[in-house]
Amino acid sequence: MNRREFLCSLAGCAAAATAAGCLDPTHTGWFRKRFRELAPADVAAILEGLEREHAERFGKEAQVGAQAALPGVEFGYALDISRCVGCRRCVYACVEENNQSREPQIHWIRVLEMEKERGIDFAEADAYYDAEQVPRPGHFYLPISCQQCRNAPCVKSCPVGATWQEPDGIVTIDYDWCIGCRCCMAACPYGARHFNWAEPAVPAEELNPNMHYLGNRVRRKGVVEKCTFCIQRVRSGRYPACVEVCPVGARKFGNLLDPDSEVRYVLEHKRVFVLKAELNTRPRFYYFYGL
Amino acid sequence: MLGLRNFGHFLAGSLRIVLRGGPVYWTWLGCLVLLIALGAGAYARQLDRGLITTAMRDQVSWGFYIGNFTFLVGVAAAAVLLVIPAYVYNWKPIKEVVILGELLAISAITMCGLFVAVDIGRPERFWHLIPGPGSLNVPSSLLGWDVLALNGYLVLNLVIVTYLLFTLYRNRRPDKRIFTPLVLISIPAAVGIHTVTAFLYNGLAARPFWNASILAPRFLASAFCSGPAVLLILMQILRRTTRFEIQDSAIWKVAELMAYAMFLNLFLLGAEVFKEYYSDTEHLVHMRYMYTGVGAHDPIVPYMWASLACSALAFLLFLLPRTRRHPLYLNLGCLLIWVGVYLEKGMGLVIPGMTPDTLGEIYEYFPTWNEIALSAGIFAVGALVFTLLVKIATRIMLGEFRLRPAGGASGAALPTAVPGVS
Ligand code: SF4
Ligand code: SF4
Repeated sequence: MNRREFLCSLAGCAAAATAAGCLDPTHTGWFRKRFRELAPADVAAILEGLEREHAERFGKEAQVGAQAALPGVEFGYALDISRCVGCRRCVYACVEENNQSREPQIHWIRVLEMEKERGIDFAEADAYYDAEQVPRPGHFYLPISCQQCRNAPCVKSCPVGATWQEPDGIVTIDYDWCIGCRCCMAACPYGARHFNWAEPAVPAEELNPNMHYLGNRVRRKGVVEKCTFCIQRVRSGRYPACVEVCPVGARKFGNLLDPDSEVRYVLEHKRVFVLKAELNTRPRFYYFYGL
Repeated sequence: MLGLRNFGHFLAGSLRIVLRGGPVYWTWLGCLVLLIALGAGAYARQLDRGLITTAMRDQVSWGFYIGNFTFLVGVAAAAVLLVIPAYVYNWKPIKEVVILGELLAISAITMCGLFVAVDIGRPERFWHLIPGPGSLNVPSSLLGWDVLALNGYLVLNLVIVTYLLFTLYRNRRPDKRIFTPLVLISIPAAVGIHTVTAFLYNGLAARPFWNASILAPRFLASAFCSGPAVLLILMQILRRTTRFEIQDSAIWKVAELMAYAMFLNLFLLGAEVFKEYYSDTEHLVHMRYMYTGVGAHDPIVPYMWASLACSALAFLLFLLPRTRRHPLYLNLGCLLIWVGVYLEKGMGLVIPGMTPDTLGEIYEYFPTWNEIALSAGIFAVGALVFTLLVKIATRIMLGEFRLRPAGGASGAALPTAVPGVS
């Protein structure tokens, strides 16, 4: 009996209800290993279990993948503030693509309405603007979601290492390891992290069945989630949903290490800036004025 | 072996003590148990529905629970710091002051643990925090450090108290070579837990209200007011109801020291207020949310002014020798301090730190009844632990609960006639 098994049996006595997971020699149940420490066979078992769970819950087939980062890839994003009209299509495309809870509502993207005269001023920004017609005169729009910081305060603050930066730059969360302490939410300067205050509700007919373990699989209550650049899409060469849906083409995405990528083009030919640069988070999410 | 058997008697005897008491004692315990049941009901509801039963949301993601946690870390730290004046001024009941302080610390840390436990979204995964099977993220996570510091502190205090009481129980003198170093370690440890807890907030550059170097010193100054306030009241109760002797001069000295701490606390607050209001940057908004409200958003303003008024009044009462030596004003002062610091740490730290949120949104947080009931339950657990521990400890300190000397270890060695103490 090694130490892990010994502790496992101890914990099993204490929590008989979860003992079933404990007896599982692959550590895929309650007493499991961290995602990053799992053997490939265990990952496969976990993914299979998740697919079964989704099928039971939604009566619908779902594929849960765990595709790893591709070598030579570091994702970056660039958003053209002068084009964005504040229509919020990205917000809802994101909700559907990433199976965000409809009740209570979770939005990974927030679009802030700001006054042209004040420039970027969060104190006066309004995320709840309700307009017949956008853009409203005298206003511009600043969509904001996880900035995939290179120096990410959220990762630093997590007491159990449930959130980390992948080799392709995406900051991910293991929803099965997160204890829900919300340190990362206090640490994030961009309001990018969202907590499941209740069991998330996603209607079965709107469920997106193409899922990633670290991305859009349906979450449980009590854990934190956030934008992953649509990890389930971008690791297989597709664009994030928000890039595809944007009606004015304000959103650019690509591989920062590829000199021919769209995002590189923006960095070379436009002048870009990042939000709250003074905090030294060094985002991979850039803003620019394309017009 | 003999030591072990004695320890068994010691535990059994302690159990017998807490099961015996007058009507006041049982009424008090009954009230606490009722509150605990209320809290347990609220927790069951929260477990079932999720933290949606609280008023916390993404904008204000920490609230009443974490505020209470912070306040109680202060109580735990300051209770032990009272050891310093006990030594410096060489009060007669040094050991007693140490024991009572550490018992308070143990009770406060128990409450701290419970407040963190009810705040996390997945309590069944608590073991992820245990190094080994879990993955405690130190040195980078401050909450990780806090888990280590608070648990270490709890163990340290348990060891000291058990050692002292068990030694007294066996009619021995505590060995200075063991006792003194342990107490000397507990002093920096007390400062340490509160500093680490301050750093938990202080290190977050995303929250300018907390990201100010004055935070840790202010934590210590305010804790040095609230922790001793409990002990002052307790000492007076013990003096009344038991044969426990505590000189007036010791109580007055503590009150005087608290006045200095309060002055420091108010001074540091003043320094912060000046800096924010004079420089008038975008960061001022958090302080405005506390003291004047921002637009129509002013749910915590009355509490913040009440806190300030209580602290200022208590400062005056404790500053003037005439009032701090007057039993009525002394206790009034203790109460005011407790309320002042409780509001300051419980509401005035966490809520304005997160309002407006990082994107400028103002969400008016105010705890729900479920949150309040659950918190009341936790305070009742702390009070229960404290009551029982103090009851046992006073009996031992008064020499009423001792191992019968010479040969007493054989058989039922406990004194049979325990004098009634209410
Ligand atoms: S934006 Fe927030 S959640 Fe995203 S990486 Fe940066 S700190 Fe973390
Ligand atoms: S909420 Fe989850 S991801 Fe965030 S710091 Fe806590 S354990 Fe880590």
